[in-house]
Amino acid sequence: MTDALLQVDDLRVTFAVGGREVRAVDGITFTVSPGATLAIIGESGSGKTVSCRAIMGLLPTGTAIGGSARLRGTELLGLSDAELRRHRGSDLAMVFQDPARSLNPTMRVGLQITEAITTHRTASKREAQAQAIELLRLVRIPAAERRFHEYPHQLSGGMRQRVMIAMALACRPKLLIADEATTALDVTTQAQIMELLLELQEELDMALIMISHDLGLAASYADEVIVMYAGKIVEQAPAAGLFGAGGAVRMRYTRALLDAIPHLERPAHTLLPVVGGRPPDPTALPPGCSFAPRCQYAEDDCRAKVPALAEHVPGHRWACWHPCENGAAPHD
Amino acid sequence: MTDQAGPGRPPGEVLLSVRDLVQEFIVRERGGGKAGVVQAVSGVSFDVMAGETLGIVGETGSGKSTLARAILQAPRPKSGSVVFRGTELTNLRGGRLLQARRHLQFVFQDPFGSLDPKWKVRSIVDEPLLAYRAGGREARRKRVSELLDLVGLDPARYAGRHPRELSGGQAQRVAIARAVALEPSLIICDEAVSSLDVLIQAQVLNLFEKLRGELGLSYLFIAHDLALVKQVSDRVAVMYLGKLCEVGHGEAVYRRPLHPYTKALLDSIPSTEPGAGRATATIKGEPPSPINPPSGCRFRTRCPLATDLCAAEEPLPRELAPGHVVACHFPLMPGTSVITPAATSGVRQA
Repeated sequence: MTDALLQVDDLRVTFAVGGREVRAVDGITFTVSPGATLAIIGESGSGKTVSCRAIMGLLPTGTAIGGSARLRGTELLGLSDAELRRHRGSDLAMVFQDPARSLNPTMRVGLQITEAITTHRTASKREAQAQAIELLRLVRIPAAERRFHEYPHQLSGGMRQRVMIAMALACRPKLLIADEATTALDVTTQAQIMELLLELQEELDMALIMISHDLGLAASYADEVIVMYAGKIVEQAPAAGLFGAGGAVRMRYTRALLDAIPHLERPAHTLLPVVGGRPPDPTALPPGCSFAPRCQYAEDDCRAKVPALAEHVPGHRWACWHPCENGAAPHD
Repeated sequence: MTDQAGPGRPPGEVLLSVRDLVQEFIVRERGGGKAGVVQAVSGVSFDVMAGETLGIVGETGSGKSTLARAILQAPRPKSGSVVFRGTELTNLRGGRLLQARRHLQFVFQDPFGSLDPKWKVRSIVDEPLLAYRAGGREARRKRVSELLDLVGLDPARYAGRHPRELSGGQAQRVAIARAVALEPSLIICDEAVSSLDVLIQAQVLNLFEKLRGELGLSYLFIAHDLALVKQVSDRVAVMYLGKLCEVGHGEAVYRRPLHPYTKALLDSIPSTEPGAGRATATIKGEPPSPINPPSGCRFRTRCPLATDLCAAEEPLPRELAPGHVVACHFPLMPGTSVITPAATSGVRQA
């Protein structure tokens, strides 16, 4: 597709840990359209954060990165720090999980935002300050002029995350990556931050990648959903194609994730359908489907050959030899 | 027992009875002057019946963890009463408190933080058995193996490991094995599965259910996740800024929330269920500081329904449906806008 904002092709990330090769991201391909919201879902260690850090150029030197990630046609992988800095901020920006640790505790928040502005473009001190206050207003922080002079510890968790978003938006990026950006927040604050992000997305015509472990969040806010397991994309579909009345989950792992979430609709004390075991050791991936050792539907072919991620239904890709029929829950 | 009926309690034997529990912490300025008092728990009352799971849901700063620790007398609450199996805990000390607490165990959020990293799994699970002199060396060794089996860890593989050689889910199972070692009647779980990935979380939740059935356990299950709390609980209590604002059967609280805060919490949860709308932020702002909580109803500063009455008078808990108690001047009742206290029955002052 030529109109893609971000085009990721066969992205691979390999770390060397203690002489062994850890394949953290194992050949993932996806695109993000301008203004769209993509959710990347997975458990700890599935490779969702590492993929996005690779795209942002935030992985430690010495990490082997392969494949391609093009932003409006410009290859991001392999750029020097100086070149990357030109793209970061103005083209793409990232918000992390823990705002308390991302902010400098000894610096007033206004100054930190001002710094984010002047790092990426030339502006006088007065201009940058006015813009910083404007940004605090943009992220709906009440009494922005007063907050400008406060330190991070004087703000609540939700307010700090708003400041982080303000900094990320300082140069009006075309793509914002939110890595578990609401995970540490309370559910009422999470709803406020998500609403803010979606409003800003519309105002600034910005695309959003949400990295999360929470399928509910993806169902509620994303256009498109990618599910990752052991470094690979195992299922990808429009959110409406997976969840809700017309939804049909096909990959067994996605189904297992959905079934394992406590739902308000489920009667109390019902046992959750569970999957035993743990995700595979990334230094010793099984030869076939990496979910096969935990999958109760696995057969010999699953253990022998890796299922390819293929578009079986228009817009809906999955990698499974024996997918769920019509996405039905096997336990319901 | 302190009185004849707790708010909205089902019939049965009362295992834990908490009345007017208050816990406060003094915040000091630089130099030692008193800067303020954090009113973490402000007059909380509830019962847990034998075999029942009571869930307590609340956001950061609601005082739910302080409440758990006040029940365990660690630290001791400022005032109020905690009666466990007929014994008042708040005036016991030393060995007698230890003895009374034998049947009251706990599981916390961070399994690695609550397991000694230098000890092997075997010794960790054996510790309570040894402390309460539950059998000789050989009997205890056998019991440790049984306990590890019970929580789904193969004793041959795991008994000799250190906590760092375990995954988060396995470490939490060890913490649970230790908690059930002395056959407690009540386990307090404070965010016990919150740090686990969803598939592991489901395994541990099922383990809690299994132990409930096999050992006849009761739980006080504290978490911030309402869906999670409802899944494991018979009754659910919603806590806000140090007070319980609603208590009732889990299904009733979820289907007919009476308190505007409960409704806002429910509206905020993003769900994958068919028919679930997008999560919405129906309340604005953040909880006020527990150092100077609002007068009257503590939720009034964020409540869309608040009036002058809410600032002037604290709403007392009222039982508006059998077993469903709410502390609100303007509860959300379909078809009625205002309910006067005189019109309700079963009113009980907490």
